[in-house]
Amino acid sequence: MSTIKVNIVTPDGPVYDSDANMVIAVTTTGELGILPGHIPMVAPLEIGAVRLNKDSSTERVAVSGGFLEVRPDQVTILAQSAELAEDIDTARAIEAKKRAEARLQQKQGDLDAKRAELALSRAMNRLDVAKGKI
Amino acid sequence: MASLREIQSRINSTKKTSQITKAMHMVSASKLSKAELNAKSFNPYMEKIQDVIGAIAAGAPDATHPMLESRPVKKTAYLVITSDRGLVGAYNSHVLKAALGKIRERHTSKDEVVILSIGRNGVDFFNKLGYNVIQSVIGVSDHPTFAEIKDITREAIGKFIDGEYDELYMYYNHFVSAISQEVTEKKVLPLTDLSSMKSTASYEFEPSAEAILEVLLPQYAESLMYGALLDGKASEHASSMTAMKAATDNAKELIDDLTLSFNRARQAAITQEITEIVGGVAALE
Repeated sequence: MSTIKVNIVTPDGPVYDSDANMVIAVTTTGELGILPGHIPMVAPLEIGAVRLNKDSSTERVAVSGGFLEVRPDQVTILAQSAELAEDIDTARAIEAKKRAEARLQQKQGDLDAKRAELALSRAMNRLDVAKGKI
Repeated sequence: MASLREIQSRINSTKKTSQITKAMHMVSASKLSKAELNAKSFNPYMEKIQDVIGAIAAGAPDATHPMLESRPVKKTAYLVITSDRGLVGAYNSHVLKAALGKIRERHTSKDEVVILSIGRNGVDFFNKLGYNVIQSVIGVSDHPTFAEIKDITREAIGKFIDGEYDELYMYYNHFVSAISQEVTEKKVLPLTDLSSMKSTASYEFEPSAEAILEVLLPQYAESLMYGALLDGKASEHASSMTAMKAATDNAKELIDDLTLSFNRARQAAITQEITEIVGGVAALE
């Protein structure tokens, strides 16, 4: 099976650099599967999991937004943070989730609430990815 | 001439100081090489973002976004990146002097200016002068991660979009080499130089160029600021390294001088003793 090069890059450095048969990402318009030879494309990502299928195994990466750049032989994901499923610190994610929930309860202003919501969805995303739920 | 004991104690204390500065020099040197690595690992990210923005600017030149709009300037924000502590030579004073110079040149009233600061030195400096410091981050680690300054960058962009200020400039020390750092001014917002970014590919935009800009531009502006912080941190370590090297060298020179006068004093004491003995013997005869 042909493969496509996948790079996941964050401001803190590269997170993933390898080949995959298929990349599945959640964009703002829906889930998107990319196979080798795809036309060049750019799409914004949701907070979610990026799945990298290779042979019979699947690797999961939690990304917090960002966007996806596709070229026929290469997929690049640029996100402000991204973590491989096995690198996720579950204890910290649970902490972050609790913090965000507490802040949501207090409800101070729209901006704070929105931020807390985002933080909550990021934390939940990381937990889900770590557990292999998505 | 100072007594032997006095000179000896000065030599000892200078030696101790030079041991400390030497250690600090070596610590800074190792931090510098790490900081350079950080800056290097950040580069591919920045290049990619510029690449895509260039492609959008070329492929959809009429796409609009609030961050691209130049408005009449009523209020200007300055993001100044300094260090938290001293012992970094002229690192802080250079950047603060440059920023203050420009602010005074451009604005007649302090009401037209707001300051955002990363680093305690900048906060203290502008507070003392009576400027309005609207946001600051203190205690950024030596090798900052993006998460540490996410709040200030997001706020900086949010307030621009809300119209609280109409321009955002950034001041930091650009790392040229271990012995040379340059104060750099960069205009962050509004983003105006998009079309100058060269792009190597043309893309399909899913769902639209505007929707991509919505995600991409804040990410780009935040990366600009993060990149400046990494650059500034490398300069900070380089600057501290140079300052500590100079301090160690000065201490060494001082010890040499002191040793010379110590020897002189010792010689004088011996000579005096001999003279006294000879004098005493002569008196007995």
